[in-house]
Amino acid sequence: MADVLVCVKRVPDITEEVVLSEDGLSVDGRRSGFTMSAHEECAVELAVQATAASGGQATVMTIGDAEAVEQLRNALAVGCTAATHVLGEPFAFGPADVASEIAAVVRDHEAEGRSHDLVLLGNDAADSGDFQVGIRLAYELGRPVVNGASTVVIEDSPEGPVVVAVGEGPEGQETYRVTLPAVVTIREGGVEPRYPSVPGRLKAKKVPIEERQPVAEPKGGGRVKMTLPPPTPSAVTILGEGPAAASAVVDVFEKLGVLAK
Amino acid sequence: MAEVPGSARCVVIGAGIVGNSLVHHLAKLGWTDIVQLDQGPLPNPGGSTGHASNFIFLTDHSREITDLTLDSVEQYKELGVFTQCGGFEVARTEERMEELRRRMSSAKAWGIEAEMVSPEFVQEKVPFLDKDQIIGAFWQPGVGVVDSLRAGTIMRERAIEAGALTTVPNVEVTGLDVEDGRVRRVHTDKGTIEAEYVVIACGVWSPKIGDMAGVSIPLTPAVHQMISVGPCPQLAGETGEITFPIVRDMDTFCYERQHGADMEVGSYAHRAILMEPEDIPTIEQSKLSPTELPFTEDDFDTQLEQAYELMPELLGADGAEIRYAINGLLSLTCDGAPILGESHVKGLWTASAVWIKEGPGVGRAVAEWMTQGWSEIDLASSDIARFHEHQKRREHTRLRTTESFIKTYGIIHPNEQYESDRDQRRAPMHESQQKLGAFCFETAGWERPHWYESNAPLVEQYGDAVMPREHEWDSRWWSPIINAEHLRMREAAGVIDLTAFQIFDIEGPGALDSVQQTCVAQCDVAVGKVIYTPVLDAHGGFRSDLTVMRLGDDHFRVVTGGAHGPADHQWFADHLVGGATITDRTDDVSTIGLWGPKARDILASLTDADVSGEGFPMLTCREITVAGVNVLASRISYVGELGWELYVDMADAPTLWQALLDTGDSHGTVPMGIGVYGTTGRIEKGYRAYGMELDAERTIVEAGMQRPKVKAADFVGKEAYLAQRETAPKAVLCTLTVEDHTSASGVKRYMLGGEPILTRDGGTLTDGHGHHPYVTTAGSAPSLGKHVLLAYLPVEQAKIGTELAVSYMEELYPVVVGSVDATPLFDPSNERMR
Repeated sequence: MADVLVCVKRVPDITEEVVLSEDGLSVDGRRSGFTMSAHEECAVELAVQATAASGGQATVMTIGDAEAVEQLRNALAVGCTAATHVLGEPFAFGPADVASEIAAVVRDHEAEGRSHDLVLLGNDAADSGDFQVGIRLAYELGRPVVNGASTVVIEDSPEGPVVVAVGEGPEGQETYRVTLPAVVTIREGGVEPRYPSVPGRLKAKKVPIEERQPVAEPKGGGRVKMTLPPPTPSAVTILGEGPAAASAVVDVFEKLGVLAK
Repeated sequence: MAEVPGSARCVVIGAGIVGNSLVHHLAKLGWTDIVQLDQGPLPNPGGSTGHASNFIFLTDHSREITDLTLDSVEQYKELGVFTQCGGFEVARTEERMEELRRRMSSAKAWGIEAEMVSPEFVQEKVPFLDKDQIIGAFWQPGVGVVDSLRAGTIMRERAIEAGALTTVPNVEVTGLDVEDGRVRRVHTDKGTIEAEYVVIACGVWSPKIGDMAGVSIPLTPAVHQMISVGPCPQLAGETGEITFPIVRDMDTFCYERQHGADMEVGSYAHRAILMEPEDIPTIEQSKLSPTELPFTEDDFDTQLEQAYELMPELLGADGAEIRYAINGLLSLTCDGAPILGESHVKGLWTASAVWIKEGPGVGRAVAEWMTQGWSEIDLASSDIARFHEHQKRREHTRLRTTESFIKTYGIIHPNEQYESDRDQRRAPMHESQQKLGAFCFETAGWERPHWYESNAPLVEQYGDAVMPREHEWDSRWWSPIINAEHLRMREAAGVIDLTAFQIFDIEGPGALDSVQQTCVAQCDVAVGKVIYTPVLDAHGGFRSDLTVMRLGDDHFRVVTGGAHGPADHQWFADHLVGGATITDRTDDVSTIGLWGPKARDILASLTDADVSGEGFPMLTCREITVAGVNVLASRISYVGELGWELYVDMADAPTLWQALLDTGDSHGTVPMGIGVYGTTGRIEKGYRAYGMELDAERTIVEAGMQRPKVKAADFVGKEAYLAQRETAPKAVLCTLTVEDHTSASGVKRYMLGGEPILTRDGGTLTDGHGHHPYVTTAGSAPSLGKHVLLAYLPVEQAKIGTELAVSYMEELYPVVVGSVDATPLFDPSNERMR
């Protein structure tokens, strides 16, 4: 029976135009709304699949302000079974701070008898993009880590349970078999995250969320300022009008690979 | 580089359902050289049309909105984008059932096929609904869904094919030039357009564009939450838009609308989430569209639970997921009506705060209005000219819509008063009124006493003559004190605050010509005469009815109701000739009415002036001193009693008010409220009221208000009026009395207005217009001991003594026609006014 901890972060939805906060230290999500990164949505999906198969526990955790409970509930709505909320101003936490807070949660849960065999994280957060937390966490917990996997499956082996993590490497597909406990960071693309169902959403409302304070004063990430790249000029090509445009549209689809020749 | 035409006869800003419909109808009416702009791409530029749930329920309690909806449905059908599916409004409570019965009344009055049905009936048509959750439903088979984007495209293309229209998408309006009170040109990020007419039809962005010309378009963007759940296996075989009827779960303020294999759940139950137009994200900043904002889940919690309760098997089915959830923006106004018509900036029109169900109808009506000065469907309730200054504040819209949003599916009493942003305007004697226990209704921002608790002892005194109402709904926003005040007025006298009147002076050499050509009645009268007159549009429909006093050769004073005051003011301002000026005096002048058999005695004891019948005849006015205060007294009556309207400086009003009350006291006089003035006193005399009996779809002849002669001078609507006089009316305004109030349960019920008039056995009546008769005003006539109804009846039924029925809450009550013209039921020879 697998026990997975999946870590998510409330981030501004940056699908469209990115707006920076006035101090340039964060992305302003007031108009775009908030979400969790696509990598983390896939991590949640993998956690749910891995535990559902074995009837195990998938715990979701976040570090964030009160509003971040929305992301926890979203993860609960698609199948996570427990949630932990470390209350804190997310921008104050650098990658090392985040790693040690997660490690503290893992240790404390272990002390309570819940040992998270597998910790899943997103490859990087959509707003800060530090790419560090997974490795730092593994180091702190003394666990093996696989970075940038797009699928994970927990399997039994003669040596005990292992996680099979598959991802794209520079030379092609890479497959890692790592004995648990382990840490894996997830890149989007390997699974299709599900949407919540109505009963799932309703059930999620009722799950008690463990709230805790950070174990240490965050030291921060040392970020000085973010700047936006110049906007990419958008070139619109009119392919034609009416039925006459059909073949041009087909050509574009073929080029994009959504239609096979 | 200029990418927009350099000039246009008409620029329409917005390519949503309203703008598209408008350009289509303008082109149909012969307009050419129209330029339509939108900041977004076509066919979905990103406004509210693009995310609408697109279903149309037909019945609204407002005739205007219903007629616009019915016209829109006809247009959508003609465009081939209407799919009929039927619709239920389901009730979970008995209180809601009563409201649905009231909906039946409106459906019958407006000629819409509808019936009350059982939970089993609903479940038969919507098998995935749990019938145990509901106790009944209001079924309208004619409900359907439309493809509003496709409709807009077709309409736009028709105008383009007619050679009348150039549409330019992806262009942002950056400014409007106004010179000499007229709109002149439109600035955009792609060039400037010289324009004779500009129409703001850009929904939630309209206030921002209006501000560019100094025009307040008081609407607010507000969030309506919607989710889509699917694919539902129960709907897997369904192709196309919709096959199952739409369900409005009225008590949870939600709807469930099937869309292919998905079920959309929309809500009006959450807190009002309002935005400023300036804060709407740009197209570039938006993930979906500027009006599809990120969903805020917490606001939807309860509704989700309730929807699941109603359709557990469907919404909980395996594989059914919440795949789309938005906070969609739509437009709300302080009174719920659209904002249409020409602004105070000439040539600058608005067609805003319109929903999908009214879009094409509004397009047609506004195009007609722009073309000929009137529209087939009367748009008075939606006229942008209706707003008073206090209503033009964004704060007012914010507060009122915050209060009303949650009532979108609410049960709203016809006399229900808003709670927010009250006390905007107070009569100078407000303090005294408070001490007298005034229960105030709001009119035009004024706090107007509707009755006085100080008169409560009279209720006991008059006993059953006050016609008490035992049913809570009938007596809500009502008090038997109104009827007691009425009886006391008829017995002695009443003093009434009429400060809310809108008053304006027309002065200068062109003053006579100005009022002559605006009013139907002869205004070339001696100085000191008072004129009651209808005001018509070019089509001969009512724009207003009001009084005019000739105060000098070149000086006329117009007095009209507060509610419709700004529109009347604009109408007169638009028809000034010969250098005449118009000056609003509303905030300078208070009006106090004094009526009743003792009125003359009371006034005489407060003035040295001759107020005898000979010394101060009916329909005359002059300045006199009353209680040491200078007063313009006008001998006129709207309640059928001897008496005066006393116009007085605001500063002097408290003195006059107190003197009248003090002196009146020994004559048995009491302060009385608008309940008497507006309803009981008025209808006993058969007096018509604008907005109730009189509107732009009614004529002087049908209203029974024609005089033997028509003045020689020209006036707006004269040609039409002369033609009306030569034609037999298609409907006749009648006064009816209710013969028996006893309902099946034994409780006596009292109609409030809006109910259909049927044959004695419940058969439908239809007048020469194809309309069905309904009650325009209902109220007590305490001096007759009857409940009186006014209604336009078909000519065949308009005979004294005709026995008919009124349907109230789906029960029939016998009524009898008492008058078929303006002859009052009470004091028909007007003896008491002499």
